[in-house]
Amino acid sequence: MTTDRRTAVPPGADLPDHPSFLWPNPDPAKSYDVVIVGGGGHGLATAYYLAKVHGITNVAVLDKGWLAGGNMARNTTIIRSNYLWDESSGIYEHSLKLWENLEAELDYPILFDQRGVLNLAHSLQDVRDSVRRVNANRLNGIDAEWVDADGVQELCPIVNVSPDVRYPVLGATYQPRAGIAKHDYVAWGYARAAAAMGVDLIQNCEVTGIDTVGGRVRGVRTTRGRVAAGKVALCAAGHSSVLAAMAGLRLPVQSHPLQALVSELLEPVHPTVVMSNAVHVYVSQAHKGELVMGAGIDSYNGYGQRGSFHIIERQMAAALELFPIFARAHLLRTWAGIVDVSPDASPIVGLTPIDGLYLNCGWGTGGFKATPGLGDCFAHTVAKDKPHQFNEPFTLERFTTGALVDEHGAAAVAH
Amino acid sequence: MTANFRLPVGGRVNRDEALRFSLDGRPMLGYRGDTLASALLANGVHQVATSIKYGRPRGIMAAGVEDASALVQIEEPFPEPMMSATTVELYDGLIARGLPGQGRLADRPDPARYDAKHVHCDVVVVGAGPAGLVAALTSARSGARVVLVDDQNQAGGALLGSDEYFDDLGSPAAWVHEVLAELRATPGVLVLERTTAFGAYDDGFLLALQRRTDHLGAAAPKDVARQRIWRIRAKQTVIATGAHERPVVFADNDRPGIMLAGAARTYLHRYGVLPGRRIVVFTTNDSAYTAAIELAETGVDVPMLLDARAVPPEGLVAECAARGIEVRAGHAVTGTEGREHITDVHIAPLAGTGHPDTIMCDTLLVSGGWNPVVHLFSQLRGALRYAPELGAFVPGEELPDVQVVGSAAGALDLASCVRQGGEAGRAASEAAGFTRPAPVPLPTSDARVAEAAAMVLWQVPEGAEPTADTRFVDLQRDATVSDVLRATGAGLRSLEHIKRYTTIGTAHDQGKTSGMIAAGIVAEALGVKIAEQRPTTFRPPYTSVPFAALAGRDRGELHDPVRITAMHSWHVAQGALFEDVGQWKRPWYYPRPGEDMADAVLRECRAARESVALMDGSTLGKIDVQGQDSGEFLDMLYTNMMSNLKVGRIRYGVMCGVDGMVIDDGTVIRLAEDRFLVTTTTGNAAKILEWMEEWLQTEWPHLRVFLTSVTEHWATVPLVGPRSRDVLASLAPELDVSNEAFGFMSWRDTVLDVTGGVAARVCRISFSGELAYEINVNAWHGRALWEALMAAGEPYGITPYGTETMHVLRAEKGYPIIGQDTDGTVTPQDLGMSWAVSKKKPDFIGKRSFARSENNRPDRKQLVGLLPANPATVLPEGAQIIESAHLPEPPVRMLGHVTSSYASAALDRGFALAVVRSGRDRIGETLYVPVADDVVPVTVTDSVLFDKEGTRRDG
Repeated sequence: MTTDRRTAVPPGADLPDHPSFLWPNPDPAKSYDVVIVGGGGHGLATAYYLAKVHGITNVAVLDKGWLAGGNMARNTTIIRSNYLWDESSGIYEHSLKLWENLEAELDYPILFDQRGVLNLAHSLQDVRDSVRRVNANRLNGIDAEWVDADGVQELCPIVNVSPDVRYPVLGATYQPRAGIAKHDYVAWGYARAAAAMGVDLIQNCEVTGIDTVGGRVRGVRTTRGRVAAGKVALCAAGHSSVLAAMAGLRLPVQSHPLQALVSELLEPVHPTVVMSNAVHVYVSQAHKGELVMGAGIDSYNGYGQRGSFHIIERQMAAALELFPIFARAHLLRTWAGIVDVSPDASPIVGLTPIDGLYLNCGWGTGGFKATPGLGDCFAHTVAKDKPHQFNEPFTLERFTTGALVDEHGAAAVAH
Repeated sequence: MTANFRLPVGGRVNRDEALRFSLDGRPMLGYRGDTLASALLANGVHQVATSIKYGRPRGIMAAGVEDASALVQIEEPFPEPMMSATTVELYDGLIARGLPGQGRLADRPDPARYDAKHVHCDVVVVGAGPAGLVAALTSARSGARVVLVDDQNQAGGALLGSDEYFDDLGSPAAWVHEVLAELRATPGVLVLERTTAFGAYDDGFLLALQRRTDHLGAAAPKDVARQRIWRIRAKQTVIATGAHERPVVFADNDRPGIMLAGAARTYLHRYGVLPGRRIVVFTTNDSAYTAAIELAETGVDVPMLLDARAVPPEGLVAECAARGIEVRAGHAVTGTEGREHITDVHIAPLAGTGHPDTIMCDTLLVSGGWNPVVHLFSQLRGALRYAPELGAFVPGEELPDVQVVGSAAGALDLASCVRQGGEAGRAASEAAGFTRPAPVPLPTSDARVAEAAAMVLWQVPEGAEPTADTRFVDLQRDATVSDVLRATGAGLRSLEHIKRYTTIGTAHDQGKTSGMIAAGIVAEALGVKIAEQRPTTFRPPYTSVPFAALAGRDRGELHDPVRITAMHSWHVAQGALFEDVGQWKRPWYYPRPGEDMADAVLRECRAARESVALMDGSTLGKIDVQGQDSGEFLDMLYTNMMSNLKVGRIRYGVMCGVDGMVIDDGTVIRLAEDRFLVTTTTGNAAKILEWMEEWLQTEWPHLRVFLTSVTEHWATVPLVGPRSRDVLASLAPELDVSNEAFGFMSWRDTVLDVTGGVAARVCRISFSGELAYEINVNAWHGRALWEALMAAGEPYGITPYGTETMHVLRAEKGYPIIGQDTDGTVTPQDLGMSWAVSKKKPDFIGKRSFARSENNRPDRKQLVGLLPANPATVLPEGAQIIESAHLPEPPVRMLGHVTSSYASAALDRGFALAVVRSGRDRIGETLYVPVADDVVPVTVTDSVLFDKEGTRRDG
């Protein structure tokens, strides 16, 4: 051959190595101070902060399958805190601040990359809502800017800002500190650190019942036997209502598939994260080079972790409207997670009518970005039997009192 | 080094049509019918690319979609990233580049067209190999509508890579030809070539990508869709997708020149190409013997076949011996030499006697057994079972209306494949409602049948762990056995975790050859049975699909339907600027020469307040509600009472969600005892119809109510202003337009003096506070009505206005726009509309929520007006409202925000609507609005700023 291509290893082709040891695989003990149901990002982060901040290490995280194999393995890894309401921006900004130090905290290369997120506006009402959200963010001390169409193009030159498209880009909100991280690495970072502090991570252990006596939780029944617990914390997005029903709680959440997809590895073209609620697509380019995309939820309820293909087709049409250069990129893989959607599109995090049973659900499509913040706040809630200030608004009771935190108006697809 | 590895005769390429192409700047020739890979091999080129992580030369390892390493970037005729050279049909002018890992997107728009087609059938058969052909033919003979989908440019499947004698017909090609001819001649049968079924979904839904013009290169006709998505809905699905050969892992198993044995047969028979001149074969099963024998028969030097099994198949060994091929049983490849091409193979006995040896060669063929292509079955959530005799996963359960046949189900020989295909075809026809067809004659061949059981060998054992591991499990990800062992050593047990830790199976080929091997190595490392492991999930698509193909025609203008009104062309001709509201194009304002938006809107507002103006209101949603329970139904939907509305009268109504928050508003007119016409906001029309249907169908199915969207049936023109009565009177001779005869909130049918008489329904409603009439005619007459109104109003200076002026006029009156002044957190009470919430009705949607504590807090946000201290100031919409004149450090307490803000001609100043905590209690207070670096003082006022007494309404 005439050219020596051995030196041409492309940038981003390789990822940092994982540590040579992650976690042991213990059998469940007879009893724990705290049992966390669900070994996803939230469950693992909660375990980590319980051990790290509160010194509670007699903890088991139970997962029905493989660790972090649910929504943690299936999301599009977008991290931002530019939510409209004080309550939401409070917990998401708390989370973003933790993200900013998480790599060092966990000593794990989680590839947290503050490349900024653009939320596009395509109609005059989008513009009003966007400006409102930017103003609210700034008054809450969150970095936020309104950029016009030219500004969008400057930040992400591949976005088609021509006025001649069906729904032209009129501008966008921009959060420079927002970005992406590598989901598996985040989960494994928490898992490794939690395990190192003595937390038992128990896989292939499905919870089949929650035992309560006199209004107090006593433990869980699992496919690997009964496990006694002083406290039980539910972190099983997608199946929260199923689990809560085991304790006699009926939750106001609906389970929907949410699909995502990736392309093959591509040379870097997309420097930031672009989200468009109006045409229903959000895109970033991951570190290795693949385009990672998502859209809105499938409208039908379901627990099967796959969606309907027409959603993907619509999403592709939307993506090509915004990014014509993606035309010959290839869809390599599609999948779906199951998200809990609450009536006000905000999470439910806190105490329940059953003593010692704690609830974390209803994050809809936004759970990944909340992982560190939720973990910290939920661990506090479990340890102190009292909500942390940032999850205090997100009670189950709010659906009775009406103290909703309705983010629909601000982000119809709240990712 | 250009060499000709094309045999003088043979293969299914057209030697009369030579095609020019290049790889990495090196020009070469191939033939029509070649793939890029076969053409490269014909030119003696094995290396296609370098690997992503270690930059190692990588070549062509397979002849189909399972190839993991021969990746190219297409540069001409149009850039397309990451294609497998083994699946690119050669065309003249193809310019490709070997890919080190990342593809490149074009920096210019893709000129090609893409589309999608639906097809419904009784039986869909995926795969036109022997099993699929027999299945399709059997079903077709029953009269069933059959769709046969195959990813190659010609039917035959594995037969394309063989040349055994076939029945009386001679060659497999002749049999395939005969079957296809009958299928094509059978009405109701659709044969789709170059079509890859990539996704299988519930209820017989199958997605396939057809490559219609790719093989034509630059000669592709521009007006033909390049690729098409077939959306196939079948009663019965027969999956006959064949099997992929898998390699065995050994040191330096990635060198160019190392190829799957079956692929070599395909290159030989289908393309007339030899993979090399001196070929060593390494196998764990009988199938690779055929490759060795056939290659030897072409005159190629095949010095040795290594069979990992201690006891090789006697008959095949004898055939080898007859052709000078030495069979070494119980031996394996332990390593290779070479740089850009393999030069030597190191071999050693797996156990027992024998000595390590080194054999010179330019090609090493490997067979580690066959993995059934279970992707579609698995996508359907069919459980897989580990078949230890195959060392592979096979379908492990019956799925309704789905059959997997042939080597996709683990069958190893032609007889089993065609028998299963025939049975599946018969069963599918019967299940689809046809008489069970007679069996079709099954072909037989003289192909060698397996004599001995295969051995399952994932990797050739190593004495000591190598320092720099070159035992590649996933060639594309450069992931090795050591990487797998590192993952298991890290505590990982699940294949999903190991996949993520090592990235094995995540590349372009999605682990088609590496996944099974990784599972095997993991099981060995952990000392568990593969059968106890759950394989990683197969997900659509089976092979990669261009984004543009999925977007299809839904791009540009066709991305979302553009809805325009009957008067749209008039607005365009008048130079109106448009606003997107939902799917509609609405005139935003009508600038006159020299006017900016502010000027135009002030002028339009003045016309409406001082004389007469009109707008196009056709886009408002209109829902015809009929049936004897219509009143009861609407009483449940609206917060106020509708059932007591008199025929001939109109009422404004508010709808809430179950949370008591306003979701829509509009007028309801009663047409008859059992019939209402409901209007919705423009953007919400479809959602409200769905909302109504959901309640009707799921909660109140006992109500006899029927809903029909009639938005497009009508052209609607609000005629607004003190002179509107005069204009209407001049066009409606039969209508008494006096206030006494035609009062506010009533409607009349009349005939307008427009083009010889047009029936119209006129509603006396007002969204501006002015005397106003909403004139509705059949949409057909919309433009005539509009022009007649323009003419009739001419003496009064009638002025068309757009949505912006509509917004200003209504805001001056404090009328909210749902979705602008509300955001799903605003109750009717917050809007000052307690009057629109019935105290009498026993129930309606939202009522329960009004009793919640949060809904009764005194500090809820309420709709108020804001007057900036400086009358010239127009506050930005979306600005937040705070208590202090100086901006404190964050977090700053926000009292609410500016929802609407305009310059008002009538008030001669800027004003705004806002939602503000305890807003109504704050009327008269000064609050502050941060605007950029400023803080603007504003006075809180009532939301109604103009004509509070409503004196203008009746003219």
